[in-house]
Amino acid sequence: MVIKGIIKKGEYYDSVTLMLVARDVTKLEGVEDAAVVMGTEQNKSILETSGILLDMFKDAKDSDLLIAVKAKDESTANQAIQKVDELLKAKRSKSQEAGEYMPKSLEGALDFMPDANMVIISVAGKYAGDEAMKALEKGLHVMLFSDNVPIEKEIELKKYGRDQGLLVMGPDCGTAIINGVPLCFANVVNRGDIGIVAASGTGLQEVSSVITNEGSGISQAIGTGGRDVKKDVGGIMFMEGIKALEEDPETKYIVLVSKPPHPEVLKKVANLIKSEIKKPVVGIFLGGDPKVVEGAGAIPSNTLEEAGLIAASLSKGKSMDEFKKLLEDREKEILQIAEKESKNKTATQKYVRGLYTGGTLCDEAMLISRTIIGEVYGNAPINPDFKLENSWISKENSFVDLGEDEFTVGRPHPMIDFTLRNKKILDEVKDPEVAVILLDVVLGYGSNMQPGDELSPAIKQAREFAEKEGRNVTFICSITGTNKDPQDRKKVKEQLEDAGAIVMPSNAAAAKLASYIVKNIGGVR
Amino acid sequence: MRKISDLFKKELKVINIGLSSFREGPEEVGVKVVQVDWRPPAASDEETMDALKKLLGSKK
Repeated sequence: MVIKGIIKKGEYYDSVTLMLVARDVTKLEGVEDAAVVMGTEQNKSILETSGILLDMFKDAKDSDLLIAVKAKDESTANQAIQKVDELLKAKRSKSQEAGEYMPKSLEGALDFMPDANMVIISVAGKYAGDEAMKALEKGLHVMLFSDNVPIEKEIELKKYGRDQGLLVMGPDCGTAIINGVPLCFANVVNRGDIGIVAASGTGLQEVSSVITNEGSGISQAIGTGGRDVKKDVGGIMFMEGIKALEEDPETKYIVLVSKPPHPEVLKKVANLIKSEIKKPVVGIFLGGDPKVVEGAGAIPSNTLEEAGLIAASLSKGKSMDEFKKLLEDREKEILQIAEKESKNKTATQKYVRGLYTGGTLCDEAMLISRTIIGEVYGNAPINPDFKLENSWISKENSFVDLGEDEFTVGRPHPMIDFTLRNKKILDEVKDPEVAVILLDVVLGYGSNMQPGDELSPAIKQAREFAEKEGRNVTFICSITGTNKDPQDRKKVKEQLEDAGAIVMPSNAAAAKLASYIVKNIGGVR
Repeated sequence: MRKISDLFKKELKVINIGLSSFREGPEEVGVKVVQVDWRPPAASDEETMDALKKLLGSKK
């Protein structure tokens, strides 16, 4: 094995572009590992961990591009480096060919489009805060996707935004839908009269998709980033978002989505709802006490699906009784499928393995499952005593969030790149104790564009492997998305079903089905 | 009137600083997006950055 590398001074590409290039090069014959990264301290430590930090990289700056290849021999390594060059040139010339003007700064962009009103920022966290402040000072609303923005900076940005009447969505805000426009990881939803404020990106995606799939629609969906509802930030944007939806004539109903806010924040939100909000409010605070939501003057819900269904029912003028009937019917259906799927398992098969790409969806699944089958293991479990010793090795009932740092360092997020999860599926199915494999699929912009094509073969292969061993493993999928998404929910559903998976209408329904099967076959803790 | 409510009545016009894939969603629904050809500041040394900011008179 040889390791070869080069530095390209002052050549900048965004991280997604670079990871996709690295992935393509790693697939080349004879190449064991390849990294194409900017020379930040964090990236250098990743290279060191992977054993491909060359001496020449040590003094590299943030603005330098580093290419490292580990290959079977020198000529393969050189060819791979050349391939990186070609792929990057192809990416660059694509935008140059389009003859597009690309200003170097926010100011330059404003000269070009003086009436811009929204800035999406996804540069490295340490620069993102300053870019956001510049945008706010120019009177622009901000969607701050970047992670790793210091908390002090977040507070400063949000206080400034509040005082100026500007939206500051994020940092670490993955999704928003403003005026029907999907921003970052968002789904293509119906327009309608339901407004959402969410401190959870995939939570927002699930609720807005459920609402759309029920035939209702979204007026605005405002993301705040998860830290907004913690004590330090104090819910600044969560509350500004609620007030904005109250004032918005298109919004008739408001849905709040979050992990449980800090008690002080919750108190402030409750006071706001009681004193200023006239529109009906539905709340889902995952893992929180529904009574608290009720106490705040909002309609409580137990799952993201329920929150979406309640809002859709209200919007269609249906009564709560009709909604409850719908929920009961769905529950009955889940029990029936569970009954059927429990019958074809061997004596060794007892457990479920959840392999998740969406953190909030993983949390919700664990919250639902523990009420049916007892505590479940995970890399980010609800009960800290059930943390897996090794995130890569599941045991008993386990739910793994593949979007956590230990899995994502140096590679694209699992919503974009399915390689890791597909490998995990094949690993899990080898375990004779596994009866059910539970998977989330998140559609929309930013996510993998061919989820059906990429996931189905892995499911098929895994099922065939188990069958040869004399076992039937039930695959249950939820699809967060709509038929209008670029991937098309209906098409993806058909592909997964063709591969032998059961596709449920929501993440909550999928988790329930998996848990009922495990309960029936004796995998309860 | 709050500027957020104003925004809800206007056509969205987006400036994208960072991942170019985030242009797709807005562009697909016909929204104009200007992509900034962003690069990290040449000086990553904190002190130099702070001094620069002071010189340029930026707020923070």
